[in-house]
Amino acid sequence: MSGGYDDELSRPLEGALEASTSEGPTSPAVGRDEWVARHGDNRTRRGGLLGTVEARLRVVPWWAWLATFVALFCLLPVASDSGYVRRVAFDIAIYMLLALGLNVVVGWGGLLDLGYIAFFGIGAYAYAFLSSDHYGIHLPSFVSIPLVVVIGATTGFLVGLPSRRLTGDYLAIVTLFFLLLFLTVTTNGDDLFGHNVTGGANGLLNADPLSLFGHELPPTLEGGLFNPAYMYVVLAVFVVVYVALRFVNLSRTGRAWRSLREDPLAAEVMGMPVNSLKLMSFAFGAAIAALSGTFVTMLSASVFPLSFSFPLLIIIYTMVILGGSGSQPGVVLGAVLIGTLLELLRDPGDSRVLFYAAIVLGVLGAFRFSVKLAVVVAGTFVFGFVAHSIAGASDNAWVNGSGGEGGGVADFAANWVIVPVHVAAWVAPVSYVSLVALALVLTLLHGWARIALLIPVLYLAAFVWENVMIAQPEPTRYIILGVILIALMIFRPTGLLGEKRVEII
Amino acid sequence: MAEKLLELQGISMAFGGLKCIQALDLDVGEGEIVSVIGPNGAGKTTLFNLITGVYQPTGGDIVFAGKSITGLEPHQITRRGIARTFQTLRLFLNMSVRENVMAAAYGHTKAGVFRSMLRTPGMRREEQEIRELAEKRLAFFGDRLMGYRWDQPAYSLSYANRRRLEIARATATNPRLLLLDEPAAGMNPKETQEITDLISLLRTEGGYTILVIEHDMHVVEGISDRVIALNHGIKIAEGSFDEVATSPQVVEAYLGTGGMAKK
Repeated sequence: MSGGYDDELSRPLEGALEASTSEGPTSPAVGRDEWVARHGDNRTRRGGLLGTVEARLRVVPWWAWLATFVALFCLLPVASDSGYVRRVAFDIAIYMLLALGLNVVVGWGGLLDLGYIAFFGIGAYAYAFLSSDHYGIHLPSFVSIPLVVVIGATTGFLVGLPSRRLTGDYLAIVTLFFLLLFLTVTTNGDDLFGHNVTGGANGLLNADPLSLFGHELPPTLEGGLFNPAYMYVVLAVFVVVYVALRFVNLSRTGRAWRSLREDPLAAEVMGMPVNSLKLMSFAFGAAIAALSGTFVTMLSASVFPLSFSFPLLIIIYTMVILGGSGSQPGVVLGAVLIGTLLELLRDPGDSRVLFYAAIVLGVLGAFRFSVKLAVVVAGTFVFGFVAHSIAGASDNAWVNGSGGEGGGVADFAANWVIVPVHVAAWVAPVSYVSLVALALVLTLLHGWARIALLIPVLYLAAFVWENVMIAQPEPTRYIILGVILIALMIFRPTGLLGEKRVEII
Repeated sequence: MAEKLLELQGISMAFGGLKCIQALDLDVGEGEIVSVIGPNGAGKTTLFNLITGVYQPTGGDIVFAGKSITGLEPHQITRRGIARTFQTLRLFLNMSVRENVMAAAYGHTKAGVFRSMLRTPGMRREEQEIRELAEKRLAFFGDRLMGYRWDQPAYSLSYANRRRLEIARATATNPRLLLLDEPAAGMNPKETQEITDLISLLRTEGGYTILVIEHDMHVVEGISDRVIALNHGIKIAEGSFDEVATSPQVVEAYLGTGGMAKK
């Protein structure tokens, strides 16, 4: 998102050249670096319309991107009056906040914090303690929210203390242990030394809604619909956090964080107090997570230990990694993409369309427009119809099981994939495991042998999808997250908007 | 000799039973260029790690500018005015060239996190100063690290340019004493000549006192006011380049004993 690619960069160079020609060799430079002097000629640029668009987009400043994004997001409740869409938009806004916070710890600080979700939970519980019937304390929001942020930062600081000595895997284990500790305490907290502290598995109920200037903001409107005002509040908080963090990242603190991510020893020797910087990054991430937690409690007026479990941690990490750890626009994009994807996968119709679209795009991306693409597409089609008609001819019950949602895609799938009325118990595990095994074999093959195997594997993938995965959306969501992560590691380890990363050269 | 800037008094360092440095006395005067030579494993880099606080000495005292710095954290020592480069380059590879240098200004700048969030005028002024400082330090290397390279990530630099960037980063901490760990390693003859000129220039223009570890004897000869030879953590010779280079102990340390050679 750096603006003025050409103009800005060439200016200092011209100045430097002038200086050295007018004053003569002021430096010990023996022989001018010709390549540097002619760097403009050495740069390749994309031509045509695409190149023009790319050049124009580069000049757009960061705040314009942010403003456009937020404006579009604000329009969601206007464009759709469905309470479901609004609720999902709220969840995604929370995801964006959480991803921004995790980005501070993981993307900038370079600390693998697997206890991050615990801070989210601590924020949610702390708000419920400070503003609910549980203890009879009803602090107004403008008092309780800052308090929760301070509590979150303090816990983050304390949990970060081991990071002074631990790095990498060891730190990950300690923080993961903290998350498990948090879950254990909250789940069994209804009898903590004889006191009911966290309400146990039943959680805490009747938390206060957000109160702004003396007005209470009801979480639900008349008719039980979700109040979109909450989404706007979270979005406003998101903008403030985003801008504040951006400014921090471009300050000496941000540079110090990224330095210690790159090389803690070098950072320390260059005058940066690595230990306190690590603690600060931990506290920042925890404070943002705790802040997000308050809104979740307000909206649902309750808090349960199960909302802060391990899968959520994986989801937030996937968002950060997919978008590009270290890049703020990246992690927000990751949050939007993964948040939307996870919602779409709940619905069999949507997820079916997504699945076939992903397959088509994947094959297209792998082969571009080539003979091989034609062979694969035609081969897979023919393979499917032949298999389907053979199965149908032998027994109609073998192919009559389908009939789901998804419009034309579903109609196509019903006539192409074998979906028996009754699937034997052994079919699911066997087909799934063989799909994974064959996909691995594919990576070992080359040339036409790979294509020959690819056709039945694609068909098997469709079979597994229609017969096994679509029936179980919960595990399917996580399997798909895993596939996304694997694909990223192979094709784009830096994430969508991440900067290029090298470890050691 | 001018006033002593750095003084090591009977410094010892042992890793378990391995004595790397034994009762070493060493001093560097203000404005001096002192070279440390010695065969591999002589304890040269360990010496640097002791001075910069990466290791805590098992005995003795280190005095910098009249005050003891033994037991301080590395970043505190850097703030007192000692900066170093690394033999195995340790740049912040995924940050831009300019940011590498700007990051090193952390120790002598003040703006806190909350001032940064609000971008107060004072913070912005300081940020501008850091930027100018970084550009000045990079401009020291002539065309090598100029222009579009400022915004390139450090990993895109060539090996020799990485060495230069390490020096630029070290000078951005505004040090009085510069420790250079093999600045000419891996450079071609032309670049070696350039680095030799540059080290002299660092003293005359930058005003730094310099302690340098170097294997290339031409560089050592070209820059040193004084040479110190180490072997097995013990100082075996000290004096001008010619005195040290002809010292029997140094010849023995590098080539073995004359008696062995005759047999």
